[in-house]
Amino acid sequence: MMAAGPEALVTLSLSKRRRDERHSRSRFDKVSVPAAPPSASSGQALGKLRAGLRQAQRDKLSVETIKSVRKAPRFADTQIEMAHGAGGTASRRLVEGLIGPYFANPTLQAFADAASVMVNGTQIATTADGFVVKPLRFPGGSIGELAVNGTLNDLAVSAAKPLVLMATLILEAGLPASTLESEIEAMAIAARKSGVSIVGGDTKVVEHGKADGMYVTTFGIGIADGRANLDPASIRPGDRILLSGPIGAHGITILLARGELDIEADLISDTRPVWPFVEALLERVAPAIRWMRDPTRGGVATSLNELVRGSDYGVALFEESVPMHDAVRGACELLGLDPLHIANEGQFLAVIAPDRADEALAAVRGVPGGEGATFIGEVRAEPKRRVIGVNGFGGTRVIDMLVGDPLPRIC
Amino acid sequence: MEVCGGHTHSIYRHGLRDVLPENLELVHGPGCPVCVLPTGRVDDGLSIASHDDVILTCFGDMMRVPGTKGTPLELKARGADIRMVYSPLDALRLAEQNPTKRVVFYAIGFETTAPSTALTILRAQALGITNFSVFCNHVTIVPAMRAILDSPDMRIDGFVGPGHVSTVTGCRPFEFVVRDYGRPVVVSGFEPLDIMEGILMILRQLHAGEAKVENQYKRIVPWEGNPPALRAMAAVFELRPYFEWRGLGFISQSALALKPELAAFDAEAIFEIPGVRVTDPRGAQCGEVLKGVLKPQQCKLFGTECNPEHPIGALMVSSEGACAAYYRYALHAETVAT
Repeated sequence: MMAAGPEALVTLSLSKRRRDERHSRSRFDKVSVPAAPPSASSGQALGKLRAGLRQAQRDKLSVETIKSVRKAPRFADTQIEMAHGAGGTASRRLVEGLIGPYFANPTLQAFADAASVMVNGTQIATTADGFVVKPLRFPGGSIGELAVNGTLNDLAVSAAKPLVLMATLILEAGLPASTLESEIEAMAIAARKSGVSIVGGDTKVVEHGKADGMYVTTFGIGIADGRANLDPASIRPGDRILLSGPIGAHGITILLARGELDIEADLISDTRPVWPFVEALLERVAPAIRWMRDPTRGGVATSLNELVRGSDYGVALFEESVPMHDAVRGACELLGLDPLHIANEGQFLAVIAPDRADEALAAVRGVPGGEGATFIGEVRAEPKRRVIGVNGFGGTRVIDMLVGDPLPRIC
Repeated sequence: MEVCGGHTHSIYRHGLRDVLPENLELVHGPGCPVCVLPTGRVDDGLSIASHDDVILTCFGDMMRVPGTKGTPLELKARGADIRMVYSPLDALRLAEQNPTKRVVFYAIGFETTAPSTALTILRAQALGITNFSVFCNHVTIVPAMRAILDSPDMRIDGFVGPGHVSTVTGCRPFEFVVRDYGRPVVVSGFEPLDIMEGILMILRQLHAGEAKVENQYKRIVPWEGNPPALRAMAAVFELRPYFEWRGLGFISQSALALKPELAAFDAEAIFEIPGVRVTDPRGAQCGEVLKGVLKPQQCKLFGTECNPEHPIGALMVSSEGACAAYYRYALHAETVAT
């Protein structure tokens, strides 16, 4: 996906032309199609025919315009809003429409979870991630643990074995030292569990009231595992979509942990490193892995939409096979949220070639904690670049990226 | 016509159009609270948030509804204290926790949400909380249905009655549709099978040349409604002489206001509200879509100036709005056709 460059410019000017065309046509309609005289029946019929044609034209044009508007994100927003950080369409517009064109380089413009650079013949994967979760501690995890696992997972789903981390701490004056110490300890434990060292970083303090206790940014380096070649363009119809476990636990846990809702549930965040599962896949079926991603902000729906945007195919998601805890399902239903848009911090999606799919599933299920892995969908030739949800009785719907910001900050 | 926005949402959410015959057309009705709220009332509510000591609270649906100076979310990003709550009781709790602030609840919704607003006001009164008030925009469904039925371009053969509203009001209020207009009404639930059965019951009536009020949602909806909820509403609200609806214009006796004796909890009595009537953006045809005269994609702004991320009309804002639902469906229908 190239956001800048000649192709994008062509798309942009095309979409502008389409709009102009559309407007001039509708103006033309207004002049040339007078309202049918109510008394004359032949005039009425003609009027109806014209109205029908006009409608058909409008239907077609509106769909075309939607498509052209969606293809080329352009950043024209006047101020930053929470939605720009929610991982959905607004985030995409910010990154691909503003940051991408200025920093223009092919590595960035792959817009992958981790950037891949070649150093002396070795493929190095690098990634950075900022954490602003509130509350700092929540059932199942805390900001320190999240900051380590989140960055390691971005490396893992890029098929890179995590090597070292660096961390930047932004601390708010007045933060209890004990809170800080417990987060540092959580970072140390999480890093040790994954066999990674935190080798450096930076510390800054801001005035009281200028940050929610503490923010953490981590930067990770990993070595690309040469056995897999991940590329959204490599997916083919018939490929299976593997999900490592139940969705939505992290996002809903955070939402409930804020205590702003009168809902309680027996639920903990799913935060964990996914490298052990990825490693098992790489060892058993590396050449059959086409693509991987951890569905964090924006959820499974957003990740799958990112996948199909970079390919010539679509995805059919079998809604009833998507695993989730009853508490997640219930909370989403109560709050009017789509679980497919809810963030996860310990799951990943993988597209696997069909002939090795069962082997892949067995590999993930064989790792402790991977028992909940399952196939949730498949790649299809049509509809192109869309994610379609198929439900138990054959009804279908378009599953879109997250629009707006359904939730407060969660990672 | 499915009257309730919840039905519209469910119909798209479960892809029910795929399994319905082609000669059956579903028209999306006026039962989406944010969709029928006129821009002027959005501005009125947001003007309250401009006071430094005010915390304005509202349901999530409201957060992206555009007023002339921006959406609540945009105002919040510029520093106004606007918070999303899931229940008016959350707003009341905020008032208790912030005694130096004035907490205002931006109340929207039909008879479904009106009782919870009423009960919250009664509780605030009982607890003696003085820094809590309600900006009341509650509306009632029957006058809106009557306005649609009286519209000269009306072309609706039957109604899927609103399931949630009916849990409060019961089924009786819909008898006028049968009596005065000869159209069947079937109050239906929100699961896919509920809606399908509701539609089937309407078709059976039409086929037999009948028109009556039926209740598909018997497991939830009592024929007589919910008397305690109705009593709470009666204790707190009175009918406004008239109220503006987006797209439908002014409809008499179609909305609720707080009774004069509860003025201490009435944001309209406490704050100076501009009360300016704002016309819909030029080109937006929300009214025609709301009445089912136009399909969403036939609106001039559909999909271009007006899309789910930058909604111009409220029908594009809520997931219960016909335009937002159709925006996704249009893409889907087009992909299936090619």
